[in-house]
Amino acid sequence: MAYERYLMKNVGVPNSRSIETYRGGGGYAGAAKALKMKPDEIVELVKKANLRGRGGAGFPAGVKWSFLPPDREITYLCVNADESEPPTFSNRVLMENDPHMLLEGILIAGYATRTTVAYLYMRCEFTELFHIMQKAVDEAYAAGYFGKDILGTGYALDCYIHRGAGAYVCGEETGLIESLEGKRGWPRIKPPFPAVEGAFRKPTVVNNVETLACLPHILTRGLDWWLSLGTEDSKGPHMYCVSGPVNRPGCYEAPLGLSCRELIYGEDFGAGMRDGKKVKAVFPGGLSMGVLRGDMFPKNPTDEVDPNADYDELDCKLDFDDPRRYGLMGLGTAALVVVPEDADIRAVTVNVARFFALESCGQCTQCREGTTWMYKVAERIRDGAGRSFDLDVLAEVTQNMGMMPGLSICGLSDGAAWPIGMLVQKFRGEFERHIGAQAPDAAAQRIREINPAAYELPILGARPMAAEAAATVEK
Amino acid sequence: MSWQTIDRKTVAEDKLGPALSEAVKAKIRTFFDRFPTKRAAMLPALHIAQDAIGYVSLQAMHGIAELLEVSPAAVMDVATFYTHFWMHPKGEKVIVVCRSLTCELMGGKTLLEHIKEKLGIGEHETTPDGKYSLMTEECLAQCDHGPCMLINEKLHKCVRPEDLGRILADPDNDKLDIPRSDLFDAPLEKPEES
Repeated sequence: MAYERYLMKNVGVPNSRSIETYRGGGGYAGAAKALKMKPDEIVELVKKANLRGRGGAGFPAGVKWSFLPPDREITYLCVNADESEPPTFSNRVLMENDPHMLLEGILIAGYATRTTVAYLYMRCEFTELFHIMQKAVDEAYAAGYFGKDILGTGYALDCYIHRGAGAYVCGEETGLIESLEGKRGWPRIKPPFPAVEGAFRKPTVVNNVETLACLPHILTRGLDWWLSLGTEDSKGPHMYCVSGPVNRPGCYEAPLGLSCRELIYGEDFGAGMRDGKKVKAVFPGGLSMGVLRGDMFPKNPTDEVDPNADYDELDCKLDFDDPRRYGLMGLGTAALVVVPEDADIRAVTVNVARFFALESCGQCTQCREGTTWMYKVAERIRDGAGRSFDLDVLAEVTQNMGMMPGLSICGLSDGAAWPIGMLVQKFRGEFERHIGAQAPDAAAQRIREINPAAYELPILGARPMAAEAAATVEK
Repeated sequence: MSWQTIDRKTVAEDKLGPALSEAVKAKIRTFFDRFPTKRAAMLPALHIAQDAIGYVSLQAMHGIAELLEVSPAAVMDVATFYTHFWMHPKGEKVIVVCRSLTCELMGGKTLLEHIKEKLGIGEHETTPDGKYSLMTEECLAQCDHGPCMLINEKLHKCVRPEDLGRILADPDNDKLDIPRSDLFDAPLEKPEES
């Protein structure tokens, strides 16, 4: 069934980027309404709406705002448009088609948090988008929605676009703040949280683009409308991204709580797989949230699939809580990438591991080293020199990284470890099959290739080392 | 002033690279009133310097350090952290190929190999005529149009290897068809009076 579109209502409308089109569709009415309310009333309203952050963690925006110290003098608002998580592109679709919806959200959030300067941190790969947003900001300034004395209320807000320079870690809120301050984007140790001490050591709110774009709708359509959408703990519409070899890849808006199967096979969404292929795996919330199996689990000992009894994991509902039941870390960005049946799971693992190995900022040891080693091990398995033992190594590395064991500053290494751990856990059989099919001495051969000293140079006392290495490999 | 450093080791002039012109410095100064600290203008300054010179030269780093009142090492620290900035001269047009999971599943790997073969260069290299440089990026957030690549600012979506010859031969393959903002561009140099 088709859902009414709210956040994406102007997608496909001609000239949707201009302020006239946006105002013609009732735009900036929410901001006008908000500026007549008291800031604290808006915070209460957003708290009641239980607007959970769309950036990945799902932290309620209203609660985040209420952490700001009440006696503050200066507040900064940072808008996180550093959308770098593959395969997420919902913020891009939103800003590309309706930049003024975001700007209205910035105005409302800025007023609610008594902000004077808002920074829109945009990744530098958004090249066209920067020009679109800058034009929209100029239009909004000219129309009096930014600047001094907005709409005659005496409230002043400046909005600046700040371009990043290519770093995934700057999407982490304190990394973003560091980058905004003109440093390398190394996340900070928390506490103090940004709400207390953020950009330029002043209270700061960091919100995602989509979160802010929801605000005008909450104000104009009211709380009852908002609470009628979605599931019990996950309210409101959400923008789902579907990509990979499906018939209709793209960004689709629906209330929270849609299942993966519906997104891939639904006529209004992905419309099935290309060439009738089957699904092997799905990364349902961006890469870092983990993976779902799309093929059937064989439950009987002979490894035969029984379609009546076995199950796949595509019925996972994409809201803030249900993915945890399938071993995922959370909803993430609700961006699906579908891996077809003919893809090599080893190549997928290498791609995922490489992403995190290259994007780790290098601040915490276990993340810098762990991601790199996972990449190396994954490459070794892909190149046909893996050992069953490598899968245990991967599993062990993933359990010793991240904030959850309390070892890192930000969540990047959790996000790196989780999908690799999930891949190894859920597709272990396939890895083992590949390893079983390779030449018996492939692993030993590879060691000889990368470290000839241990084998060829007698001066290093090679024989005992070689024997030891060969013994490890044979195990 | 502690941020001014003493030049203990003289670097050969050809390694220092070009310096920032006064117009570029003036443009960087216009960013100061956006932020409470001068240092926060670092990323805009590096963007503008790279646009003016083509890359971030050592002299440009010195110039930015002087403007922002930080040590040159701090500028280099930031410039080397981000993948967007080049420390050595790059080609006229930079091709950025996406190699995220979606693009790889849609054929991004073959695309990258075709580009490498066609231009005869590897990643972070420049063609001998100085026209194209090649680099990869982990995700360009265009997953519904994979495989995709950027040529300077222009995004090319759903690029098939057979389209490549046409795209690379087109002299306007980096021109945007929307109005541009020159906020992060280098100022246009006035022609010198002879």
